Order: sequence, then structure tokens, then C-alpha cells
Amino acid sequence: MDYSAVVVMEICYAIAVLILISAGLAVIFGMMRVINLAHGEFLTLGGYAAIMSNQAGLNIYLSILVAAPLAAAIFGFLVERLIVRFLYGRLINTMLATWGLSLAMIGGFSMIFGNTTTGIATPISGFALGNYQVSGYNLFVIAIAVLVIGGVYLILKTTRAGLVARGAMQNPEMAQAFGYNTSRVYMFTFVAGSALAGLAGGVMAPLVGINPAAGAAYIAKAFITVISGGTAVISGTLASAGLFGFVSQTFTFLATPVVGEIALLVAAVILLRLLPTGITGRFLKDKV
Amino acid sequence: MSVNRRKVLKGAAATTALLAAPSVLRAEETIKLGSILDTSGIFDLYGKPMDKAVDMAIDEINTDGGIAGRMIEKVAYDTQSDMALYTQYGQRLARQDKVDVVHGGILSASREAIRPTLRKNKVLYFYNVQYEGGVCDRNIFCTGITPAQQAEVLVPAAMEKWGKKVYVLAADYNYGQITAKWIQHYAKQAGGEVVQVDFFPLDVADFGSTITKIQDAAPDMIMSVLVGGAHLSFYRQWAAAGMNKKIPMASTVMGAGNEHVVLTKEEGDGIMLAYSFSKELDTPANTSFLERWTKRFGATDDVHELAVATYQGVHLWAEAARKAGSVEREDVIAALEAGASFDGPTGKISIDPKTHHATFDVHLIEVKDQKMAVQKTFVQRPPVDTQTVCNLEENPKDTTQYEIDI
Repeated sequence: MDYSAVVVMEICYAIAVLILISAGLAVIFGMMRVINLAHGEFLTLGGYAAIMSNQAGLNIYLSILVAAPLAAAIFGFLVERLIVRFLYGRLINTMLATWGLSLAMIGGFSMIFGNTTTGIATPISGFALGNYQVSGYNLFVIAIAVLVIGGVYLILKTTRAGLVARGAMQNPEMAQAFGYNTSRVYMFTFVAGSALAGLAGGVMAPLVGINPAAGAAYIAKAFITVISGGTAVISGTLASAGLFGFVSQTFTFLATPVVGEIALLVAAVILLRLLPTGITGRFLKDKV
Repeated sequence: MSVNRRKVLKGAAATTALLAAPSVLRAEETIKLGSILDTSGIFDLYGKPMDKAVDMAIDEINTDGGIAGRMIEKVAYDTQSDMALYTQYGQRLARQDKVDVVHGGILSASREAIRPTLRKNKVLYFYNVQYEGGVCDRNIFCTGITPAQQAEVLVPAAMEKWGKKVYVLAADYNYGQITAKWIQHYAKQAGGEVVQVDFFPLDVADFGSTITKIQDAAPDMIMSVLVGGAHLSFYRQWAAAGMNKKIPMASTVMGAGNEHVVLTKEEGDGIMLAYSFSKELDTPANTSFLERWTKRFGATDDVHELAVATYQGVHLWAEAARKAGSVEREDVIAALEAGASFDGPTGKISIDPKTHHATFDVHLIEVKDQKMAVQKTFVQRPPVDTQTVCNLEENPKDTTQYEIDI
């Protein structure tokens, strides 16, 4: 009984991590058709921001929940204005440019922070669940993922800004004809996506520690989640993160972490073979 | 070297008698010590302090008058954490620079990339790094600590303190697999039981399910052979779940890259280790070594097992060359096999003639306040793992790296 509760919690946690690390990418890709290959480094940037501000004396929750997304948002703003905005509509070129950016960022991190792993202790202590000791921080990660998904959903669905953003993505000319500055909409979307990436990095930092190349560990999973999810930001991310989190954790518990990772990749291959446009390319088409 | 009449005359006079030993002609030339290390890229955490250690050792030897009156000059290449560069620079050291000895290599892959080249060109090679053991080659001296030297000390001590049920977590490559075998071997010998061995690829950073599985198995202790930055997450997640207060842990690798300083006090405290070096080793030789390091480089933050092994490796080679009165390969090998030794920061280090691996003191260590507190010293431990497979006295032509199977 305890054991199954712990397993369920681990599965929820795995899904939450996938949601967090892919939310930023999903917003940018789903709404703007820009593939940000530097997404992993945006995560790393958020992680460093959280660690540095915490070491400088800032409260740990403020470091994770404010400093990390803020740093990534500011950086995202610069990247959008200086690089990405010239490349909208040119998928391959944006991939190339952001890939270059990712290499430059890894180099920059190594120069500034050194080529070592840095970290901070988790702020929440573990607790007992029956006979098992569970990480309290995992619950925090799950809560943040729920808030992120809920927040993005509410903004897109219920606010005027969300409506304008969705309109501008669907039909930029029409939105412009209505008097909305689409360039500004793109900018805000990119900044929001960057902030989500930074938040994910900040949240993960106490669990995994950050080094200059840490983003590489997440980028592949984030891409698989987003591509398999399809273009609908919320339902796509939820569906694919749920599926992959469940598959990988189930196999991890039944066998080993290696088998879990393999199962995730196999599931992604099968899924994309059957649904080349992702889950939301076939189902849940009209959702956000 | 400038040529003047006196030197030419001296040379000519000597030539007749010494045709058979042309090296004497170069008596006033410097000795070339090749150093090949990753001082940039992802392994520079290991390579940079090792490079400093080479510099420091060479300067000390030169200050003491060099070897047989000749000074040592370093010929160094940065392999940038790129295995392909080892092959290239290894050949350059042997053929172009014609060095007298090579010290270096960090990963086993890098060692295997240059070992054949150096052997073929008859250039003596020192590999001064903790590794999985089993290299059997007369041309190489492996002065780092090997798995059995650690496990032999660590496993019984930890089991005596904590209990008989052991759960092993290991990195999924040859070092992890071989070390896990030795841990099982010594656990069985001490009357214990290994309940489970889990292997993890080097990029796994999420250990949540593993932590649950460990609790399900309820061992008395954990043996960690987890390697590298991603695996460091295990210690954080273990502490985040509060498990570090419930099930104790020992490790053969934590601390070699100063991981105990990267982790917080709460995460690292109480982990048991076994190494030949610890900064907290309270001996006059170690204190003086750390003082000299501070004087030269400012701080001792970066000193680690591999740097000290490198420092001692260079000195050991120099001691042997002094005893032999030459840096010729065969002379140095003979001196080392005859028991040349060096008293370094970790204590006395000498070479086991059968395996060309090193015998030295191993210290049982506990992590306390981000420091490696020495608990007990086990004097002069031979390389028992490599000894089971390698006998260079009987097979001097052997060049295999054995996968030690127990």
C-alpha cells in the first residue's frame, strides 16, 4: 500500500518534471513555430540564477521562483530582439541560430562559473510515507508544474492578452489589420517561454546541481515531449508528458532506470510513427 | 646547446670509448619530461591540478640538483578532453620531441590511446590516476589507486560499523562494473550479503525511483560507485528524501574530484571513503606539501587524489632515475623493480615489480563538514587486484589490460 503510494508519487513527479522542462519550449514552439535549440541553456541559466542569488543571501524560494525566471526572461528578451526576430518564419535558420547560441552559452557559463557542478541544498526536508521516506521537494515540484500549466491555461483562455496572442499566432495579418502589433506579441511570447525555462532550471537546481552543460540532459526529453504533444500548448504537453512520465517510471520500477529511458524513447518512436503530427495533431485539435 | 671547441674535443675523446652508450654524450642536455593532460574541456577539473602538480614536482627535483646533474624540462600538451588528441600528441611526444618519459592521461580511454605508441617507441610511461586496474605492460607504471586497494579496506570497515546487507549503486562502464565486483567479493569475504547491484549510465540524474527501491530492499548500508556531475544528484536527492539520516553510505569515488566540497555539509556528512590522499591527513610530509602548494598556487582548494598521485608519480620516477644514474628506460625500470621509493604526502610509495602498479598507504576517511577526516591508516597496501591477473616477471612481453573477473 505504502509502496504503491510512493510509486504513484514518483510517476506524478516524473510527469511534473517533463511538464516543467518542456513548458517553455512548448509555448515558443506551439505558438510561434520557432524551435529554440538553446532551450536547455535557458534552463541552465535559470539554475545558475537561482544558485547565485541564493548564495548571495536571497531567500531560497525567491531565488527559485523569482530570480531564476526573471534572469531567463531578461536574457530571452535580448535574444529575441537581437537574433530571433529577424528569423521568424524560417524554421531551419532559427534552429541554426539558436544552436549556435546554445554553444556560446555553454562556453560563457564555463568561463564565468567554471567547469564544475554547483548546487544548493533542497529547502524542504523529507517525510515518512508509511515505511518509506519521501522527498518533500518532489511534492513542491509537482505543485509548481500544476501551477505552471494552470497559469498558462488561464492566461491563454481567459485574458484578453491570451486571446490576442492566440489570434496573432493563427493569423498574423488579420491581427495586424485589427491594430495589434504582432512583433510585440511575438516578443512577449518568447520572453514568457524563456521565463518558464528559467523557472524549470531554478526548480531543478537543488535536485540535480548545475554545470555548464547541464541543459543537454534535458533538451532531448523536452523536445520529445513537445514534438509528440503536437501544437496545442497545454493539452499537448499534458498528454505527452503524462504518457512518457508514466511509461518511463513504470519501466524504471519494474526494471532499471536504463530500461525506463529506453521505454520512453521507444514509446516516442511508436507514437510519432502512428501520429506524425503529435497527439494534438489528431486528437484534442481545438484545444489550447 | 651551443657547440664550442672544448665540447667538441671532449665529445671526440669520449666517443671512442662510449660508442655503445651514446646517451652520455648528451650529459649536459636537459631531460625531457612529456606531460599529456586535459587542462581544458570537461575533464579539466582533474587535469588542471595534475598539471600544477607536474610543475611543482619538476621544480623541486631541479632545485635538488636535477637527475645526475641534468635539469628536467617539461614538454606539455593540452588534450582538451578530446581522446583523438591523445593519439596525435602521444605520437608527437614520442617521435618528434623524443621525450625521456611521459606522465599523463586521465581517462582509461586516454591511457589506452597512447600506451601502444609509447611502448612501440620505447618511451617509458607513468599513468598516475585512480583507475579500474588490470593493465599489464612492462613499459607502463600505474601509480594510482585501484578498486581492490579501496574496497579491501572500505568494505569490511563499513560493514563492521553498519551491518551486513549492502546495496551497490555503480556507474555503467568498466570502472563501475569492475569496482562493483570487488565490492561483492569483499562483502562476501566479510560474511555479508550484497542484496542488489544497480548500474546507471553516466548521464542519469534522476534517482527518485532508485531511492524508493533501495528503501524497499532495506539494506544496512549503500556502496556508491557513482561517477561524474550527473550522478552527483544522487547524493542531493538522497539527502532531500532524508535518507542520509537513515541508511549510511560509503563510496570509492566520491571526493576524488572534490565532490565533498561541492555537496553541502548536510548532504555529504558521514559518507565513508578510502583514499591514499586526504588534505586532512595529519603528517609532517603532507603539511609541508600543502604549504608548498599554497605558497606556489595561492590555495589548496583544488588539490585532489589525482594531483597528489601525479606529484608522487613524477618524484618516484626521479628517485628511480637518480638511483639508476640515468633516465634510460631499462635502467629506470630496473631501479623501480628493485624497490626505488618516494616518501610523499600520502606516505611511502613504491612499485610492485610483478604488476608495475604501486604500493602505498590507504586511509579510511569520513566526510565531516566538507572535509575528509582520516579515521584509520592501513599501511603499504599492494595492488591486489592487478596481482591476480598480471605477472610481468614471468611474462615481460604482456601488453593486455585484463578485465579482472573474480
